This record gives sequence, structure tokens and C-alpha cells, in this order.
Amino acid sequence: MSAPPTGITRTTLLKDLRLEWRSKDAVNSMLFFSLLVVVVFSFSFDPSAEESRQIAGGLIWVAFLFAAVVALNQTWAREIRNQVLDAYRVSPAPANSLFLAKTLGNFIFVSVLEALMTPLFIAFYRLRTLGPAWQLLLAALLGTWALVVNGTFFAAMSLRTRSREIMLPLLLFPISIPAVLAMVQSTTAILNGESARFWIVLLATYDVVFTTVCLLLFETVLNAE
Amino acid sequence: MTENAPAPVITVSNLIKQFGRFAALRGVTAEFSGGKLYAILGDNGAGKTTLLRTLAGLSRPSSGAVAILGASKFQDICQQVGYMAHPSLLYDEMSGIENLKYFARLYGIASPTRCAEVIRAVGLDPGLVRPVGQYSQGMRQRMSLARALLNDPKILLLDEPFSNVDLHSATGMVQLLARTRDEGKTIFLVTHQASLLEDAADEFVWMEFGKIVARSRELKRPENPGEART
Repeated sequence: MSAPPTGITRTTLLKDLRLEWRSKDAVNSMLFFSLLVVVVFSFSFDPSAEESRQIAGGLIWVAFLFAAVVALNQTWAREIRNQVLDAYRVSPAPANSLFLAKTLGNFIFVSVLEALMTPLFIAFYRLRTLGPAWQLLLAALLGTWALVVNGTFFAAMSLRTRSREIMLPLLLFPISIPAVLAMVQSTTAILNGESARFWIVLLATYDVVFTTVCLLLFETVLNAE
Repeated sequence: MTENAPAPVITVSNLIKQFGRFAALRGVTAEFSGGKLYAILGDNGAGKTTLLRTLAGLSRPSSGAVAILGASKFQDICQQVGYMAHPSLLYDEMSGIENLKYFARLYGIASPTRCAEVIRAVGLDPGLVRPVGQYSQGMRQRMSLARALLNDPKILLLDEPFSNVDLHSATGMVQLLARTRDEGKTIFLVTHQASLLEDAADEFVWMEFGKIVARSRELKRPENPGEART
């Protein structure tokens, strides 16, 4: 008898949240990194409200993308310390439950970071959206999922490589180009009061396609030697 | 094998495992009966850990076959196997009981007392709130053994369970393993401390250069390595 996959996903997610709560490894590194980006860029440029709306989308998402890589590396690092991943592999728990738990965990960590950093971006760049704010929230949710679903997958893939901290961005960034483009363009469009429908649909499609592909391939990646 | 001999629980046929150009296992063929404690001995690099990892489904054979309890796919019998590796396979930031509760969920173990039961069985206190990272190496090894016993497996695969464990605790672990064997379980144990198992092991299996070179009921290795009984 084995536990249902949803139960295992929930248990693994709660375990990861507990470990992060105790160590704060991922959240602290992400926060400091994003904070540095906000402060450094705000000192480097002094944009007007109009210019801010043009550059903020790119700035915000690039900061979140780089910060997310820190969290993504941490997630799997925990599993290879003491080879705990092997204990999961010899258990009857399905591989995809682990993948979903890790992806949801990263989604929560990056979302927390976004929730904390967005007010700072607004304050430092004097941002005011001309479009509906709820669309920004939608773009943020879809964009974050796009980042973490591929990121979690490629972090697992680079797990056994010698320089995995370098390998992850090398694998992740090229494949994330369509998603990053859609995130930046949708955010810029909403901030300027233009239609972001095309970019949001593109993001949603990207999410569905890559979530499916990652779920189909994860077991092979997990058991690779 | 005679007609009256018990059916083997583990059958390994011409098992080869290559890591690039290096062959860690070079055609291992053997049968192991149920309800026995096997001590796998050999120098570093002899292929003991690779054999154990292959049996545990963690390493795919380059060629050859492994059948455990009649199944060739490890996933079909993983509920019946307990695995303890050289590293602890435990999260350092969580306490022993928290670790075991997590793994119990992976195996669908519903009993709320099972985790405490196995922790007590290895001589530790289930009420210990310290994270595993703060345990001594010996305590960590024992907690790791508790994790391997959690699903009440029919087959136990143990890699160096006594390393860094004091003599008193190691003797306690051997007694526990002997009791587990007496309950009908099969134990595969890789060790460099064979003398600890002199009275408990049913068979000593010697490995050299990726092959089983001898099998004996006594700790003394047979003179003629060619006598390996398979």
C-alpha cells in the first residue's frame, strides 16, 4: 500500500516549507539579491514616471529571474546532501509527486519574494499602472510558474553535474526566452494601459506545454546516473 | 541448487556495471536464499556498494539481470526492500522522528506508533527533539537503520551500518539484525568490520575486482577463490 500521489506532494511540500523556515537559505539569498538590484539600478538611473513604465517590466523580471535561480539551486542541494534523494528513489512514491512538490515550493518562495519586492520597486521607480492591476497579478502568477517549472526541472537535470550553479542558468535562460519576453511585454503593456492579451495567452500556453513536458520527462531525469 | 533448497529471493545473472571504461561489476552471478544474513566483504573498490546499489534499483546494470522476490523491476517490490546507504539519507535540519514520519508517508504507513517503535528498536529515544545534524555519527547511523526498517521490509540492503559506531552500539545493532533475520527477513550487509558478524552472519561473501570470488559459512576465506558457490 502506498500513499496517494497528492498526499505525497502535500507531505513533501510541507517538509520543504519546514526546512526552508528553519534554514531560510533560499528566501534570504533571493531577498538580498533582489534588494541589491533595486537599489543599484535606482542609483544608476533617475527615470521619469513615463520612462519607469517603459523599463520597469524588464527590470523587475530580470531581477526575479536571477533571484529565482538562487532558490532553484537550493531546493535540490538539500536533497543531495546526505543523498536523501536516494531514499525517495527507493520508496514507492511517484517521481512526479516530488517534482510537483518542489515546483510548488519554489513557486511559493518566488511569490513571497515578489510580494515583498514589488512595493519597493513601486516606491523606488515611482510606478503607477495605467492598465488594470489585476492583469499584472495574472501576468505575475503565470510568469512565476513559467520560471519555476522549467527551473525546477533543469535544476534537477544539472544536479549531478560538477558545476551545477553555472549549468542551471545555461540550461534555463535560453529555454525561458519566450516566457521572459511575454512576462516583460505583458507587464510593460499593462503599466502603459495597453492590451496584454496576446502576451498573457502566450504565457499560459507556455506554462501548459512546459508543465506537461516536465511531468513526462521528470522520472527519467530523477533516475539518470 | 537441490530440489529441497529454498527458492532464492535474490538472483543475479552475469551482472556487469560499467562507469565509462571502468567496470565496477564484471559478471556477477549468484543466488541468495531468504531468511539469511549475508555479509559482503572485500577491499575498497571491489564492487560491494555498486552491487548493493544495483540491487536497490539505484544503479542500472550495463548488462545482466537482477531478480528480487521474482520481480525484475525494482519498483514492483520496493515496498519489500529497506535500504541504508553510507550517507545517512536523512535531513539534517529535522529531528529523527520528523524524518521518519516523512518517509512513513512515502510508504503509506498509517500506524502512528511505527516510527517511535523502530527508533526504540535501534536504541534511540523517539522524543529526541535535536535535529539529526546535531547527532553523533553513531546516532545518525542508528537512525538511518531505523529508516531502513520503517516499512518492515522482507529484504534489507545495508551499506556499512557499523562505520563510526562504537563497539557497544554496533553489538546492539548486530543483535537487532540477527533478530530481524530470525523473523525471516533477508539481510545483505556490506562491511569492513566482518568480525562483528562472526556469530550472526549465515554466509560471508567475498568480492574482488567486481566479482564474487568466494562464499563461506565461516569468516575464514576459503583457500581456493575458484570455489565460489553460486
